[in-house]
Parts: sequence; structure tokens; C-alpha cells
Amino acid sequence: MQKDSPVRTILVAILLCFVCSILVTSAAVLLRSKQEKNKILDVKKNLLLASGIIQNPKPTEQEILEAYETVRAEIVDLSSGETVSTFEIESFDERKMSKDPKHSYKIPVDKDTAGIKVRAKYNLAYKIFENDELSMIVLPVNGKGLWSTLYGFIALAPDTRIIKGIGFYEHAETPGLGGEVDNVLWKNQWAGKLALDENYQPIFQVNKGVVTPSTVNHESKVDGLSGATITSNGVTGLVRYWLGEDAYGPYLEKLRQSLKGKRVKT
Amino acid sequence: MKKIKEVIFEPLFNNNPIALQILGICSALAVTTKMDKAIVMCLAVIAVTGLSNFFVSLIRTYIPSSIRIIVQMTIIASLVIVTDQILKAFVYDVAKEMSVFIGLIITNCIVMGRTEGYAMKNSPVMSFFDGIGNGVGYSLVLIFVALFRELFGSGKIMNTTILQPVNEGGWYPTNGMMLLAPSAFFLIGFFIWIIRIWKPDQVEEE
Amino acid sequence: MLAHHLSIFIKAAFIENLALSFFLGMCTFLAVSKKVSTAIGLGIAVIVVQLVTVPLNNLLYNFLLKEDALMWLGVQGIDLSFLGLICYIGVIGAMVQILEMSLDRYVPALYNALGIFLPLITVNCAILGASLFMVERDYSFIESVTFGLGSGVGWALAIMALAGIREKMKYSDVPDGLKGLGITFMVVGLMSLGFLAFSGIQL
Repeated sequence: MQKDSPVRTILVAILLCFVCSILVTSAAVLLRSKQEKNKILDVKKNLLLASGIIQNPKPTEQEILEAYETVRAEIVDLSSGETVSTFEIESFDERKMSKDPKHSYKIPVDKDTAGIKVRAKYNLAYKIFENDELSMIVLPVNGKGLWSTLYGFIALAPDTRIIKGIGFYEHAETPGLGGEVDNVLWKNQWAGKLALDENYQPIFQVNKGVVTPSTVNHESKVDGLSGATITSNGVTGLVRYWLGEDAYGPYLEKLRQSLKGKRVKT
Repeated sequence: MKKIKEVIFEPLFNNNPIALQILGICSALAVTTKMDKAIVMCLAVIAVTGLSNFFVSLIRTYIPSSIRIIVQMTIIASLVIVTDQILKAFVYDVAKEMSVFIGLIITNCIVMGRTEGYAMKNSPVMSFFDGIGNGVGYSLVLIFVALFRELFGSGKIMNTTILQPVNEGGWYPTNGMMLLAPSAFFLIGFFIWIIRIWKPDQVEEE
Repeated sequence: MLAHHLSIFIKAAFIENLALSFFLGMCTFLAVSKKVSTAIGLGIAVIVVQLVTVPLNNLLYNFLLKEDALMWLGVQGIDLSFLGLICYIGVIGAMVQILEMSLDRYVPALYNALGIFLPLITVNCAILGASLFMVERDYSFIESVTFGLGSGVGWALAIMALAGIREKMKYSDVPDGLKGLGITFMVVGLMSLGFLAFSGIQL
């Protein structure tokens, strides 16, 4: 048969596709469980790292699972702030839900400082207990940076105003620039900053440039990421959106009401 | 044996894919802000160039010329997806940070350039080593650039602090410019300059 | 609506210029920018290919690869997104070859002008990069048309500008070791510094 005859061409193409598809699919299928395990563990790890429960940046699987024992997760109806039990916590996937018209909520353009356009009507919230006292609330956040959507966690003190920690577990920002959202030293600045003002409105901001004690509102600002203005602005926007009235605002309000007069760890 | 050695070492300085052949520059710029990322990228590229050269050469006599390009592309893309999946499963932390750029290895011209330019005409074993050689030549430039960018940009090498930066309580004012992409262009420019002073026969005549 | 599309276009062409801000498509960018006339040819070819492949890949992603994308077939729970890369590059490779053949057949004049550049485009990361961004940013079909056009135009502008500079540079006295490729890298570095100025603009 001639090398360039149509039959032969098609035959080679089909054979090649067959071999390649087997190769690719088997790699994807065989490695998927390991990847997913990595992913779930990574989410737990980031939750714990963001809240400062684990300090070691490279914890073992054992450490993560042990530390996660203090965490209680619940699902919140964001519009009312009530917790709901219609969904299973283990398999709850905000990202998938936000694409489902039945469960998604279109964010009004003027409120959408996170740049995400839609979110699910429900989302997770984590309460962390220390000796049966509420010590921290951890909320998942996401928003647009320069290249990608950043996904992370923000940890708040029980008064809901003071930030305890931050961490992003998924993004594709430029390594070394926007990617510095993962820099430990930068994240350490967040602890103790004010997320909300006296009226519980979001005021947190990633500054442009370095924050000094003479910076206006320095108690609610962290240093800007050098060379990554868009990522920095994105982080400001997503924190303000998720802690604001259009997202976790009602939930945090309810939480403050329920904690009034109760002893909490400060 | 001698020929294999030649095929591997030729692309390091005498015929460097980036400095002389102008191949594979896109990804070189994006992942060179840190050494660890650059090294993972280099390993991925070496594996893909080596293996794709090998497989293309293996079936080179069967490939009809009308679908030549797309056949090579399919092989390369499959290898890249497999690499991507393996990285995600075993070095999750680093892979997470460079997702887009692993995918862009497919369009790294070195890979395609070598399969088309070398593997289609040579035996599988030689092609394999040619791929490795070119991957290493590419890695050389990448690591050179990453070394300078990480050292002067954040005062570190492989995440170990060498020059204590000011914002971490040290004395070294980090050069933010080094972390921005233009610096990679300048560094590669200097790299080419140095090679050409050393090997003047590579100088281009206008 | 129009304003939204204009903003996507401006963003893709200037603020997030694929060549100068994201450094995609550099190999051809540096190799084929010696003369303005060839740069124009390649630039137009890139615009055409972007305009075709980005929307095509958008359809592919939305109706085949995305998680639960096979809903219209009544199949649920299938996530083929790991096949994304190979499908996009397949579409690009096939489109480029079809374009080449049909130009050869119907518009030979254009084919002769573009012909040699078309195969180069398959391995141009700007093309694959644009498709990946389209997926990443979850553009709708119509948005992806605008985005494809914008990113193509931006890339074409950049290569034409570089070719212009390189043509002028023939008359400058460059150190021997820097002649050709070396100085081109320096020039592109300076150009990209210039384009960094666009990066803060919000539309």
C-alpha cells in the first residue's frame, strides 16, 4: 500500500488516536483517586493553615486529620444567614453548585467586588472550637485576580471583626508576583487586622505599597504585593464581597446575636 | 557511543535551542521567577522532548506526510497530559502553581521543532538522546535565568534565604523588577551575549 | 452589551496583550519579525486563526468537555476536562491545515503571502494560550469571538511594532555578540516594560 493513500492515512490516524486515548485516559483514571485525595487533604490543610491551627507549612497527613477534629462544618443559606441541612457536607461543592441555575445566585454588578458574577445560594462555614469554646470562624472565599479565580479561606475571631488568618489554596497567578499571595510572611500580616468597621461593614484593604503605622487606616490594611496590583485589588475585592451584606453578612450578624452574653475565647 | 555524546552535548552551548535556534522561549519566561518551579518545568520538558522524539521516530516510516504535523501534535499532547497528571498526583504543591504552563509545553516549539527536524529522519535511540540534549540545553538557560531572578528578586535560592531582604528584617532591598517578566528578556539577552563572546562563530552577520 | 464587548476587546488587545504581557507566542514573535511586510502577513494569519479557533474551542468546551457538559445527550456526571489540552490543540492543528488547504485552492494570492506562516501558527502558544484563557475565564460563545479577535489583533500589533523597530535598527551600531537575537531580546524587554503601563487599567 502506498504511504500517502487515503486508506492508509485514515488507518494511521485511527490507530494513533486509539493508542493515545488509552494512554491519556488510563493516566487520568489511575491517578484520579490520588489527585482527589491530594485535593481534599489540601483543602483541609489550607483551612487549618489559614486559621493558624497548624503552623508547620508541610504537615503530614496524620497531623492534618488530627487537627481537623476541632472543626465543625455547616452549610449556610447566604441570603438569610440560616444554617441548612438539606445538603451533605462531605459532598458539598460550591463551585459546581454556582453553575447550576437552580442553586445559583446572580450577583448584582455594583456589588460584585469579587468579580465572580455568580455564586451558589449556599456555602460552607467552619466553626473551630477550643475546649468547647468557639475560637474562630473560617469562611471560604473566592474572587478574580489577574489570571485566575483565587480560592481560599479567611479566619475571623468570634467577634467577626478581627482577622485571624488567610490562605489561598487554588489560583494561577504569576509565580513570584501575584503568586506571592502564598507568601507566609505576607499572610502573617493579616492576623489582627480589622475586616469590618464598628458598623460591621467591610473595610479591609490590600494597600498599594507598604503599610506603615502612619498609613491612614493602617489597622485594616496589609502590604500590597509588589508587581501584582491586579491581584492585590482582587484580594481586597473578594474579602470585602464575602464578608459583606451580599454574602456572609447575614450569617455573621446571626452569629453575633447568638453569641451575645456568651463566653467566647477572644 | 561517541555520536550519542555529541547529540547530547551539542545543544548545550554550540546549538542551544533558546540562544541560537530561537525555540521554546514563551514558557521560559513565565516559570523562571523561582528555582524550584524552573526545575520541575525543566524535568517535564526533558521528559516530553525525549519521549516524543522517541515515539515519533519509532513510527516515522508509517506517518503519511499529509497528516504529519497533527500526528506529532497528538503524540506530544498525550505525553504532556500524562506528565501533567503525574505532576498533579505526586508533586501537587508545585504543580498547583504552574498549571497553565505545563499545558503550554505542548506548544513549546523545542518539542515540535525536534520531532519535525530530527526525529522524522533519525533512529529512535538517537532521537531520544537528541531530545534529552535539547531539553537539557533549554534547562540550562531556564536555570540560569531563574537563579538570577530568584536571587535578586527575592534574595533566595531554592527558597533558602541568601540575601536577607529588607521586608524580612534584613539588609537587601529586593529588586521587584527581577520578578517582572521584562527582566527575563534582558537576562536571556545577556546569556546570548556571553555565549557569543565565548564562541564568536555564532555571531549573526547583518 | 456593546460596551461589555468593547471592554473585552480592548483588554485582550492592549492591557492583557498576549505577546507583551503574557509572553505567549514568543518563538515566532522573535523569529519572524525581521521585516515589516512578513510581520504583517503573520499578524493577519494569527488574527484569522484566533478568530476561528477560540470560538470553536468554546463550543467544544461547553458542549463536550466541561463537567456535566453532556447533559444535552442526557448523560450526567461525566467530566472530560482532562482531555481539554489535546482537543484544543487538535482543533487548532486541524483548523490551520484546513485553512491552508482552502486558501491554496480558492485564494492562491493570499496563500502565497501567508502560506509559509500558517504551519508555524500551530505551535504558536498564543493560539493555545488564548483558548486556555477562554476556558479559564468562562466566556460565552459571543464573548469568545470578541476575545479571539482582540487577542489576535493585539498580537499582530505587537509583532508589527517589533518588526518596525528591528528594521530601523539595521542602521545602529550594536556590539558583535548582541547582533541579531541578543539585541532583539533587549528590545522586546523594553517593549514589554512599556506595556506594563497598561496593566493597571480597569475598564
